[in-house]
Amino acid sequence: MARPKIPRKSTNIDMTAMCDVAFLLLSFFILTTKFKPAEAITVATPSSVAAKVAPDKDFVLVTLDKNGKVFLSMDDEQKKEFIANTLNTTKNLGIDVNAFKKAGFIGAPFSQLKSFLQIPEEMRKGDALPGIPTDTTKGSNELVEWMRLVNEAYQGTKMKNLLLKGDNLAKYPAFKSIVDAFKKNDFLKFQMITSPESVPIGSELWKNNQKGEKRED
Amino acid sequence: MAELDTSSGGGHKKGPGVKKSKKLSTRVDLTPMVDLGFLLITFFIFTTTMSQPTAMRLILPKDTDKPEDQNKAKESGAFTILLGKDNHVFYYEGILTTENASANFKSANFSSGDDGIRNAILKKKANTIEKDLVVVIKPSDECTYKNVVDILDEMSVNVIKRYALVDISDVEAKLVKASEGAATAK
Repeated sequence: MARPKIPRKSTNIDMTAMCDVAFLLLSFFILTTKFKPAEAITVATPSSVAAKVAPDKDFVLVTLDKNGKVFLSMDDEQKKEFIANTLNTTKNLGIDVNAFKKAGFIGAPFSQLKSFLQIPEEMRKGDALPGIPTDTTKGSNELVEWMRLVNEAYQGTKMKNLLLKGDNLAKYPAFKSIVDAFKKNDFLKFQMITSPESVPIGSELWKNNQKGEKRED
Repeated sequence: MAELDTSSGGGHKKGPGVKKSKKLSTRVDLTPMVDLGFLLITFFIFTTTMSQPTAMRLILPKDTDKPEDQNKAKESGAFTILLGKDNHVFYYEGILTTENASANFKSANFSSGDDGIRNAILKKKANTIEKDLVVVIKPSDECTYKNVVDILDEMSVNVIKRYALVDISDVEAKLVKASEGAATAK
């Protein structure tokens, strides 16, 4: 019996469309990726269930690294200029105001602040720097003074974002001296930067979230 | 239609021995290119961090020297958590005295299992009137920042409304030290 001949189709598929899609996606991902800037101070933050995204502008950030060194950074250059000028007049440190304004973070005792600012920015690495002394057993807690200056700089305007970024391995006494410095200057509200973590299933918070209750952070 | 005849005349010769230049297909196999594309996409997806850092809010109590300004906690509602070295957690209910220290002072850890601190908090929460419950957190000098954040996180996970971060007393610090040795020994 004669069967009708089915014309044999080619197995080659036109890949052009697929290629287009692949590269479109690729360019999308490349363009939307924001690379993490290399940080001078490496800090591995603990995780929490807090859902609020950490503010990234108009902040005063205190960083606590794993060796208990404390660094201060803030992004408002006007306030920084004010602080530098105040330091120069009250403590006679003779620091370079412009260098202070441009510095990403501060991590030296007052006595070494001038030489700290002379180090080029890219050479300032957390491990090699002394940090702001906070240990009261070894001297004075200079962070109290820094927070007082910050308080003065923000005089009149409400400072919203006081952040604390601590490392997993930092010891509690270092954290406590930072909190003390906050307390002494009446900064009673602050936020701790953490990595996000999912709420454990079955916990009370999880049940509340399921019910659609708005949670207070 | 007018057509240019290039085959005749000129240098071109027809016949055996003269190779006719083959017309090459303009189609390129795009499969490897697609492969490469998707490989790069996977790379970018995996290296992109979607998670942004979050912030956990903490409100500190104002330091007061006057005892009448300090908040009093009912003994029945007090629950004290002590943080020790190497992720050790200890807790007790109410007031710790020398008589009840052995029975009241218990050890826990940060897991969510039976001997985890979460379980202990929940048990206490279930047995106490909500407005009386106050969790007092006392970190010792040996514990890490992570422990403190974890325990504060535990407060929000278990929806504890009232909690306070308090300095450890000498007696408690000693007790934690002693219990740590026992906890690691077993």
